Amino acid sequence: MIADRIMDAILPAVSKPGRYAGHEWNLRAKDWSKTALRVALAYPDVYEVGMSNLGLAILYDILNREPDVLAERVYAPWPDMEQAMRQSGVPLFALESRRPLQDFDWIGFSLQYELNYSNVLNMLDLAGLPVQASERMAQPSAPLVIGGGTCTYNAEPVADFFDLFVIGEGEEVVLELARLCVQVRSGAPVTVWKEEFLRQAAGIEGVYVPSLYAVEYNPDGTIAAVCPAHRSVPSRIRKRIVSPLPPPPTRPVVPFVKAVHDRGMVEVMRGCTRGCRFCHAGMVYRPVRERPLDEVLQAVDELLTNTGYEEISLISLSSSDYTAIEPLLQTLSERYAERRLAISLPSLRADSFSVNLARIIQRTRKTGLTFAPEAGSERLRRVINKGITADDLMRTAEAAYASGWLRIKLYFMLGLPTETMEDVLAIADLVKAVRGIGRRECGQRIQVGVSVNTFVPKPHTPFQWLPLEDANQIRTRQAALRGALRDRSLQLSWSDESVTRLEAALSRGDRRLGRTILQAWRLGARFDAWAEEFKPELWQQAFRQTGLDPAFYAARQRPLSEVLPWSHIDTGVDSHFLWDEYQRGLRGEVSVDCRQGCMDCGVRAEWQLERCPQTLGQGG
Amino acid sequence: MPTDSLWRFRIVFGKGTEVKYISHLDLVRAWQRALRRADVALAHSQGFSPHPRIFFASALPVGVTGRAEMLEALLERPMEAPEIAARLGTQLPCGLRVVSVAEVPLAAPSLPTQVAAAEYEAQVETKIAGEQMQSRLDQLVATPSLARHMERDGKARDYDLRPLIQRLWLVGRREAVYVVGMRLRADPHGTGRPDEVMAALGFAAQVRAIERTQLLLRSE
Repeated sequence: MIADRIMDAILPAVSKPGRYAGHEWNLRAKDWSKTALRVALAYPDVYEVGMSNLGLAILYDILNREPDVLAERVYAPWPDMEQAMRQSGVPLFALESRRPLQDFDWIGFSLQYELNYSNVLNMLDLAGLPVQASERMAQPSAPLVIGGGTCTYNAEPVADFFDLFVIGEGEEVVLELARLCVQVRSGAPVTVWKEEFLRQAAGIEGVYVPSLYAVEYNPDGTIAAVCPAHRSVPSRIRKRIVSPLPPPPTRPVVPFVKAVHDRGMVEVMRGCTRGCRFCHAGMVYRPVRERPLDEVLQAVDELLTNTGYEEISLISLSSSDYTAIEPLLQTLSERYAERRLAISLPSLRADSFSVNLARIIQRTRKTGLTFAPEAGSERLRRVINKGITADDLMRTAEAAYASGWLRIKLYFMLGLPTETMEDVLAIADLVKAVRGIGRRECGQRIQVGVSVNTFVPKPHTPFQWLPLEDANQIRTRQAALRGALRDRSLQLSWSDESVTRLEAALSRGDRRLGRTILQAWRLGARFDAWAEEFKPELWQQAFRQTGLDPAFYAARQRPLSEVLPWSHIDTGVDSHFLWDEYQRGLRGEVSVDCRQGCMDCGVRAEWQLERCPQTLGQGG
Repeated sequence: MPTDSLWRFRIVFGKGTEVKYISHLDLVRAWQRALRRADVALAHSQGFSPHPRIFFASALPVGVTGRAEMLEALLERPMEAPEIAARLGTQLPCGLRVVSVAEVPLAAPSLPTQVAAAEYEAQVETKIAGEQMQSRLDQLVATPSLARHMERDGKARDYDLRPLIQRLWLVGRREAVYVVGMRLRADPHGTGRPDEVMAALGFAAQVRAIERTQLLLRSE
């Protein structure tokens, strides 16, 4: 246990020492001597970001409810703290008990963004552990390192560093793994129990043990095959889903330090029915499952009682699509009027945002409203299946401005398939039209935020075979758009091209990138997701030194016949559905929302669902 | 809902070692949430972004504990002081504790404007003899001026630390740890910082802990 004296020697000199001090409200400090399994839940970014992650909060709750399991939290120390820790010989520790990470049985990383990978290695190293899974295997007491979260749908680039991945929803599988672990460990000899555990774990649905698969490559560098080591190991790993959704956690740890999302979170729905072709989340979180209204209301009530939060966020991929959204908002704003509860509705759609919604959440609004038309022209929006019309957007802007919002933010992408300069300039027209409405409703002071990001074709989506758009093309289009949107009333933000290139390579990469990530980390890459810390030249050097070309992964059109690095991960959505959607996209054909009709993506058949999507009936 | 009726309470509280590293803004948020959990009906400001009307006497520097810190809260529904204290007792995070709760006249001047000075105790680990320690304190008190330069938020300021030191004394000693007491001015014209006083005494690296023992209000 890291003593107070040591903490007092290093914390006064670092920024935001509260990040490392623990003792937060609702923290669970269980008795180490009474637990058979000790898990360190790790988010590979700084405290304020990690504490905003709902997935880890869910697992923290579930694991700590088990009498013989404990779960604690650990986040990436900021560079100043890292330096102080290394200088003082303080290993990475968990917040609840201040015990070194090495003392835990599992370290579970939530992998939500590829640019966090260097932090994963750094945290393992700071813990005093070998970063390579094979080296840790040789140390019987070294914790198992488990990965979960969005990136596991293509975890190949970090396969060398993890013992096991949990693909999909973890609520049930994490307990199955816990029981298996305790059982195998008590039965097998100390030197072999981990191998035995991994072998048996591979048989659990949703579990991917990368060391049990060998990847063979073609001379051209593409993958020939991903081969399971033996017959008992599945050739494809199907993600886990939980249906119906288990009750949400209502006693989360409340941070002292201001988190990025500093509010209580209740998930109202999982999955999205829209089928936008570029959207990774929309494809991998199927099927849609809505939470019953009374369950949401109960959860909000408990959450507010247990935390005292002033703001609540209703979480889903598309909150305004939730069937009972209006009665939910109406009830919440009335019930909690005295405490001035603010309600945050992220992930709004411009075609389901109504005057009613605007009116209800306007009462105690804290932030601006964000919408994502993504493409400037109707034609291009049909290509990507983003079913928002210009009309929808204008009506939404009207509803928002008329209800008192002075600031609206719009998200767009550049580099979408079939995109022309005409489509790009149409973004400017759309933005100016929205501003026009704002000025009409509220006068000259209104602001429109415009965020333009380069499109990265993601695994498991209809566009997964596409290359990243050429950097020069992107620059040309950015310049044209910048010229058309030059005005004080418009706040423009752009994605950084070197970030985009790296993101594309890592999200579409194969196992060989493990060497590159290792090298980049050795060269000093840390907190790559932070603009002020990101050093693209380190990554360029790492690619060169490991003999790999990021363009091979990011900027290559792939044929249908190619074995993609993520082909052995099964999201339940059929590959030929994705290909058909891709072709429909190129033709500019719209595919309907699941709520309107089933497109046979494969999920319904895969899990033999009676109802898909699982939406609330009329009564909610 | 009638908003004209308000009740004002002063809460004296301790900020202990478990939470000494949280900033003042973190503390404000933590108190707002604790009061909400305790179901205390806080009054809120008007306008687009209503916030609870809670006012702190004086911000405590990060790393310093507080034995008798003060805040005031405006309530829109009355409650008895013991009731507030009891409810808070189960809703305060580890490290924060209620020392007292008392109702205060609504018309009294605002709490932050009433603060005149603050007293601190600093624990110093040093092998120097008792007489030497006392003479260091005496020497500092005898120094007419201590010119200092501070840069914060991009602004540079020159000031004199000496007039901010109102009293300086030796509280006690246990083996190699001395406890130095001080009363420092704390008002809009100047706020003395205990770490600067300890540095001026030559103990910058030997301070083990600093605690604010009390806040002194103008009316007292």
